[in-house]
Amino acid sequence: MTTTRTGTGADPQQSGPPAPPEETGSLEQKEVAGLSQGQIVRKRFLRHKGAMISLVVLILVILLAATSIGWGPIPGWYHWKYTDLPDPYNPQGEPTMSVPGLFGGHGWAWGIHPFGQDETGLDLFAAVMRGTQQTIVVILILGLLSTVIGVVIGAVAGYYRGWVDAVLMRFTDLIITLPIILITAVLGFVLNAHGIWSVALALGLLSWTTLARLVRGEFLALREREFVDAARVAGASDRRIIFKHILPNTVGIIAVNTTLLMGAGILSEAALSFLGFGIRLPDLSLGSLISAYAQSFSFRPWLFVWPGIFIIIIVLCINFIGDGLRDAFDPKQKRIPKARALRADRATSAKAELSTHETAAPPSPAVGL
Amino acid sequence: MLTFLARRLIASFFIILGATFIAYILMSYAGDPLNAAYNIQDPTQRAQAIANLTRVLHLDVPPVARYFIWLKGIGGCFVGHCDFGQNVQLQSVGSNLGSALGNTLKLVTAATVVAIVIGVTVGVITALRQYSGLDYTVSFLTFLFFSLPVFWVGILLKEVIAIKYNDFLQGGAHYNWAIIIVVSLIIGFLAYSLVGGAPRRKLLIGAAAAVVAFALNWYMSATAWLLDPRLGIVVVGILALCIAYGMTALMAGTANRKALYSALTTAVLGIVLYQPLQYFFYNGMNFLKLLGLLVVAVIAAVVIGYLFGGDDRGLSARTAAFTAVLVGLVIFVDRLMRAWQTYSNDPAIGGRPLATTNPSTPNLDGDFWIQTLDTVTHLILPTLTLMLISLAGYSRYSRASMLEVLNQDYIRTARSKGLTERTVIVRHAFRNALIPLATVLALDVGALIGGAVLTETVFGWKAMGSLFQDGLTNYDPNPVMAFFLITALVAVVFNILADLAYAALDPRIRVGSA
Repeated sequence: MTTTRTGTGADPQQSGPPAPPEETGSLEQKEVAGLSQGQIVRKRFLRHKGAMISLVVLILVILLAATSIGWGPIPGWYHWKYTDLPDPYNPQGEPTMSVPGLFGGHGWAWGIHPFGQDETGLDLFAAVMRGTQQTIVVILILGLLSTVIGVVIGAVAGYYRGWVDAVLMRFTDLIITLPIILITAVLGFVLNAHGIWSVALALGLLSWTTLARLVRGEFLALREREFVDAARVAGASDRRIIFKHILPNTVGIIAVNTTLLMGAGILSEAALSFLGFGIRLPDLSLGSLISAYAQSFSFRPWLFVWPGIFIIIIVLCINFIGDGLRDAFDPKQKRIPKARALRADRATSAKAELSTHETAAPPSPAVGL
Repeated sequence: MLTFLARRLIASFFIILGATFIAYILMSYAGDPLNAAYNIQDPTQRAQAIANLTRVLHLDVPPVARYFIWLKGIGGCFVGHCDFGQNVQLQSVGSNLGSALGNTLKLVTAATVVAIVIGVTVGVITALRQYSGLDYTVSFLTFLFFSLPVFWVGILLKEVIAIKYNDFLQGGAHYNWAIIIVVSLIIGFLAYSLVGGAPRRKLLIGAAAAVVAFALNWYMSATAWLLDPRLGIVVVGILALCIAYGMTALMAGTANRKALYSALTTAVLGIVLYQPLQYFFYNGMNFLKLLGLLVVAVIAAVVIGYLFGGDDRGLSARTAAFTAVLVGLVIFVDRLMRAWQTYSNDPAIGGRPLATTNPSTPNLDGDFWIQTLDTVTHLILPTLTLMLISLAGYSRYSRASMLEVLNQDYIRTARSKGLTERTVIVRHAFRNALIPLATVLALDVGALIGGAVLTETVFGWKAMGSLFQDGLTNYDPNPVMAFFLITALVAVVFNILADLAYAALDPRIRVGSA
């Protein structure tokens, strides 16, 4: 376990002289020359098409949810509230939104109830927007809570090792086995609340386990590095080493994992609502909308479909952003070329390799590790 | 190794002990199990019910003491007498647990097996065709699957696919042209993406696949094949020979004549036995006989492979054995198909075979084939629902691990010493790429049993999910604890198994050092 990484963490004096010529010539090195770690990550993230499209879509969805029915101080432009119960416009409350004939509709139309109404006359668009707002609040609380708990437990366990580590990790194992539904049900009963807060709290209190394990692993590796030794010799306190020296180096893992965790959190919240232990009326979320309308699928399918589509859009975007972040923080990551460009690149690099291998020194001994 | 195992087992034992304690205490503070009893109108009956429940559930002692009473019942398992307690309806939880666990295991096993087979295949293929159109499409689909709410998909499948498909069968099972064309084009695209080589070859094969798919679809539509599906000896024969050839190409390479001949002989043996087997299938078939047949087939195949001899008898025997299993599967499916029309027209089914509720049709009488078919039709939709998410996981992981392995130095070495691409990929890359999947599998099975709760609720299965959900709704501690104990045990056991499997498969991992 206690390996000091003599091989990879070479002294600055040794890596001082310029690298061999065939390495400076590589495409990847040229790209990152003269950039800070943050700049490299940002550049890679901005280049990730899936993540960028997802980010734009997610922002648009949040803007739509915030501005349509209004959110706190933001005024809404939409003419119904999620508490309004107007009379049905279409006989069954069918959606008034329509697409051009090519896609099976009859011309573009938005109408008075774009997503339709339920049997009480509730406007589904307003409800879905409200659900989106609440879902976003839930995952923000969940993300914040589980990041804080997971990072603290992982950092302490990984930094102090020994019995602290053993106790904290066994505690983590214990938490993993507890079913979220049970905790939510208990919290709901004890607090006598089935709103977003109890659900977010329950999810947050149980979702930090993966993050804690990952952070612990990173800490175990990083605490043996020379810069930590240097800080310790210089007289830095444990707290300073943890927060100033080690934690910034784990930010990649934390960012990626928190993002993916928030995506999974939406699905968990929806599942809880579906089983009847999550958010209940009068509070509503996308998950509780789906479960409320699960029975009316055969008569009013739109009630069931629209909240589901919004969940999928949000989770899909979050997952793509997480993927983009993972690629951006991954030091091994290379630009993904098109297949044709790859073939062309291989052809040229094969030629280049042939010519350099005749003159240059053999590859660095790092291969032997 | 043994110390590691002992340490892990002891640690797990205490974790389960702690977790059940916390869960039990939480459960007892989640609500009052007497809720239903309070609502009884008649005062004497109410007092009677409350007294009964209090006695059976030991509500007169504090929760901590109650936990130890519960633990004592569970501890009886070590001496062969488990006591899971009783639920609020005063039924024994242990007996309910048996059937519930059976149903859940059926579902989870089916979903896991299908997800692994398809997921790993897709993952490996996309890794081999990295950055192709297929790769991007599959990547997007896996992200989509990851982002789907399970129950939403389940309800959609149940309400749309099942009903539409049953309507379609009742309407005479004729396709419309748009569907035939779209399906053919998709199959053509798949074939185009799967085969390697020059663009011209890919296009030709893609087009050929599309034409064949078109012809098959048209034939199936014109003869209403789906109402009375069957393969017949000709199709079984063609499939068997293709399987023999394909298995050889995959496992030994068709240049290995001994292996090819053993596989082909096995296939021919299967074709020759096809007709006699039908009589065997007809009389009093059961699951044990089926298993026996499979064993006999594998032994026969191994003997054939061994008799062909050559330098590598083991390889020939393996190839023949895999061929035998697959050919046996084809003959089995063919026989199941023959039962389809009888099954579908059974008054209990009423021409709507794709089921949406319950694990089996009540009061359905019929032979082994009808019952098996009934299980299959009930399993299809829940399995599909449950499978989507783990499918995404498996394909994602196997793709990543395959790519990782393909970049290793020993793959380059294998190529540079002149091994065929097949040997490099199947023997050097694929086997090593499977190692990390052991961990994924272990974690996935634990998660699946929990995730099955949703699927079971959607499809109305009386299984572990309903045990848990009903128990929680009634604040009924014993069923909830039974569910919790089983899932925790499964999770812990599979975690240990994953570590052991990892150590056994990867010699670089030393198990004692963790």
